[in-house]
Amino acid sequence: MTHPYIPNAGPAARAAMLAEIGASSVEEFYGDIPADLRLARPLDLPAPFADEQGLVRHLRGLLARNTDTTEALSFLGHGCYPHHVPAVCDEVNGRGEFLTAYAGEPYEDHGRFQALFEYVSMMGELLEMDVVNVPTYDGFQAAGTALRMAARYTGRRKVLVSGAVAPDKLGTIRGYLAPDIEVLLAPVAESGEIGEVGLDDTFAALYLETPNVHGVIETRGRQLADLAHSVGALLVVGTDPISLGVLAPPASYGADLVCGDIQSLGMHQQYGGGQAGFIASRDEERLVAEFPSRLFGIAPTAVEGEYGFGDVFYDRTSFALREEGKEWVGTAAALWGITAGVYLALMGPQGMREIGETILARTRYAMRALASSGAVVLHQESLHFREFVLEVPDADALLAALRAEGIFGGVRISPWRVLVCVTERHSIADIDTLAAAVKDALSTSGDRT
Amino acid sequence: MSSHGEAFASLPVAPKPALRRFHQARWDEQIVFELSRPGRRGIGVPAPDAPLVELPAGVGRSTPPALPELSQNQVVRHYLRLSQETLGADLNIDVGQGTCTMKYSPKVNDTFVRDPRIAELHPLQPEDSVQGVLEIYWRLEQILKEISGMARVSLQPGAGSAAIYANLSMIRAYHAARGEAGQRDQVITTMFSHPSNAACAKVAGYEVITLLPDADGYPDLDALRAAVGPRTAALLITNPEDTGIFNPRIREFVELVHAAGGLACYDQANANGILGITRARDAGFDLCHFNLHKTFSTPHACGGPAAGACGVSEALVPFLPGPLVDREGESYTLNSPTGSVGKIRPFLGVTPNVVRAYAWVMALGAEGLREVAETAVLNNNYLMHKVLRIPGASVPWADKRRVEQVRYSWQELAEETGVHSEEIGIRAADFGVHYWTSHHPYVVPEPFTLEPTESYSREDLDEYAAILAQVAAEARENPEFVRNAPYNQTVHRIDATSLDDPAQWSPTWRAYCRKHRQ
Repeated sequence: MTHPYIPNAGPAARAAMLAEIGASSVEEFYGDIPADLRLARPLDLPAPFADEQGLVRHLRGLLARNTDTTEALSFLGHGCYPHHVPAVCDEVNGRGEFLTAYAGEPYEDHGRFQALFEYVSMMGELLEMDVVNVPTYDGFQAAGTALRMAARYTGRRKVLVSGAVAPDKLGTIRGYLAPDIEVLLAPVAESGEIGEVGLDDTFAALYLETPNVHGVIETRGRQLADLAHSVGALLVVGTDPISLGVLAPPASYGADLVCGDIQSLGMHQQYGGGQAGFIASRDEERLVAEFPSRLFGIAPTAVEGEYGFGDVFYDRTSFALREEGKEWVGTAAALWGITAGVYLALMGPQGMREIGETILARTRYAMRALASSGAVVLHQESLHFREFVLEVPDADALLAALRAEGIFGGVRISPWRVLVCVTERHSIADIDTLAAAVKDALSTSGDRT
Repeated sequence: MSSHGEAFASLPVAPKPALRRFHQARWDEQIVFELSRPGRRGIGVPAPDAPLVELPAGVGRSTPPALPELSQNQVVRHYLRLSQETLGADLNIDVGQGTCTMKYSPKVNDTFVRDPRIAELHPLQPEDSVQGVLEIYWRLEQILKEISGMARVSLQPGAGSAAIYANLSMIRAYHAARGEAGQRDQVITTMFSHPSNAACAKVAGYEVITLLPDADGYPDLDALRAAVGPRTAALLITNPEDTGIFNPRIREFVELVHAAGGLACYDQANANGILGITRARDAGFDLCHFNLHKTFSTPHACGGPAAGACGVSEALVPFLPGPLVDREGESYTLNSPTGSVGKIRPFLGVTPNVVRAYAWVMALGAEGLREVAETAVLNNNYLMHKVLRIPGASVPWADKRRVEQVRYSWQELAEETGVHSEEIGIRAADFGVHYWTSHHPYVVPEPFTLEPTESYSREDLDEYAAILAQVAAEARENPEFVRNAPYNQTVHRIDATSLDDPAQWSPTWRAYCRKHRQ
């Protein structure tokens, strides 16, 4: 049978093409592969599904072994967030034209260039910054790259990173800056905000995250920016753009580079597959020169009034310069950028403000509800967005008890700490359900505090 | 000839032109900000149902972001128009993006990842609630182990270049564990490997040594002999290289590097033509990577999300990015290797593409993968046969066999007509196909790289070659006509000068308005 994915696989097609080339068999083309490198047997793979129906049945059987976050009440966050995804986002990113396009030129892929230019432009408005890149892999890598950019910009080889950053993210940053840039950690204060900051003129950057790993909103941005600038360092701020309808954009208090992940802007959780990174800066030639990733810009065409698009300052990239380019650029997560653009176009300024207000209000409501359920809520006096930490006698026991009630109660971040995430998808009733379940679990496990 | 032939022949219908008539959609679509009208919105948001939180000055946003305000149907219309102005692989004979393995992405695979049991999974759910997705990871790892011969495979990297970087991180960790990190500070790569091989090595802290091709088009073995030594951390090489030429002495390359104490790392972005034919580990490689969006058919998505996979030999397993999925009886668990280089990407990588790649292999099996490889190679050699009949087209190292792609040259045509490869590509787009020159630097003059993969039929390849022949003929007859293309596209020739000028470049709409609209 000719395989449905391989139109030329039939013996007749093959024979006719070989005849036209004047070759006796496909083997001839493999003549440079020495015999001792040839696999002398068929690959040992599972038997395939000859028909689509069988494949569907097989995959559905596997997927049935998953319980997803619409079947359970989930308060899991910690870098991947359960925000509502508007149907229009799925409609647009499911279009075959976008889904299957790749590296087309600005002519035949005009729409792709415009959609990505509009994405970076809408991000620019949210961030109040003039330069935003086409999506990088994810927020982890975006933070690493932003810090490398700062190191190149300042010519310094040391960065100070807030201690209130997820351990996995910190690990990725350390790995990415190794071996030539040293990463030091700033302590976390009692409030959950960044603590005492010791900077001198050997530091390239201070990395601040807000909301941070504990969901705490940093309130000393301007002071920290001034401190960094006073020693010639940059302030790099990691943030979640979904918070910026209500939170001040980091540029407004002096951030030089802003980075983060856009998964919250219209991407499903996808078991962590919906991540994509952004980096933004002011429009300063020296800073722009340090971006390794693609930047799309608007340009005139031969026809007056027509918008064209293209790569800004392409000759910074490894595509053009190999190891002499800035870091590297490759296929990353462009479709998620287009999708985030759709999200921002749907939300507009009003939607972004409202979603921010709702998340802020429900987060505070959840903190109070859980405090009254017998758990200790950390950093209660600080401002929180979307996440907060519960301190309990036994995180595993609590989460297991909640699980028995059909609730994914949060992410265990230590043996006695659980990170709880609340978004616009959690109604007040959902939060009350969690609080009641926590109260039950804590009371039945006995008072071991 | 059909029995209707004679009757229809008398109808007043002109015969079909030799080439397809095509015009890209042109909507003259405004920038989304220009569509904005105050007060409109595209989606409702749940009310807080709880007291609002007051934010202090400097922490709260003082002025709303100047995002566009559109109704929902406007947003849909705008983006669907932009999608129409995009030539996806689903719409064209996408053999012109060589090195990228543009193949058909089966539609059924997209249905799996839209299922809430993938789309709505959180990466930190309890393991017992994600057994299905873990089993898919485990199964795909077994498949890639068998295809590469490697001991273990991590599916964590977010793309091919991220996988190259992950491999370099492991190389660094391996030498560090042996106390040789300081000494081994050089990575050797080749000019026809992807630019990311060199660039990732630089980021990982290595000095990069690039081997040029020898007179036969193979990476220069003498240059390798001169380069290897106690400072060699690794060789990073692809085979076949982007020329489509398979280096028959690859094992010798690997042995030379091993003898010097370095590691051998195989960039398998070009694996499509050798699936089931030859394996990385059997040639002695210590590490390799695959691009799931290339070889394993996950859609390219305008440039991602992609997904990469790193395979390693037993000695490097402890350094793999984690976590990996282990099978214990009928259940699956997540474990991180002891000396793991940590996370290259958050969580477990690009799960939807892991699911799609798995489904793709399960639709083909061992025999199907071999059919993929052989057909890709047959298609490539067939297309080469056609292209080399176009006057002005040539291929360097013409006597060498080609595997799954070819880097060609229009040098003769350019010398004769003054028309460059890039201009040919723009004109080719007028016929509804995509064409790309090649990566810089242009070691092959006026280059273009075609990679037909297994997805295109003989008629498709004939059509593509006919389009190139047409454009080459136009270049001879009327070079200005080709240079002034495109004619059938959404936009006309772009004046790119502002894109490199800091005073004029506009990487966002706000920058454009500031610089050009006052």
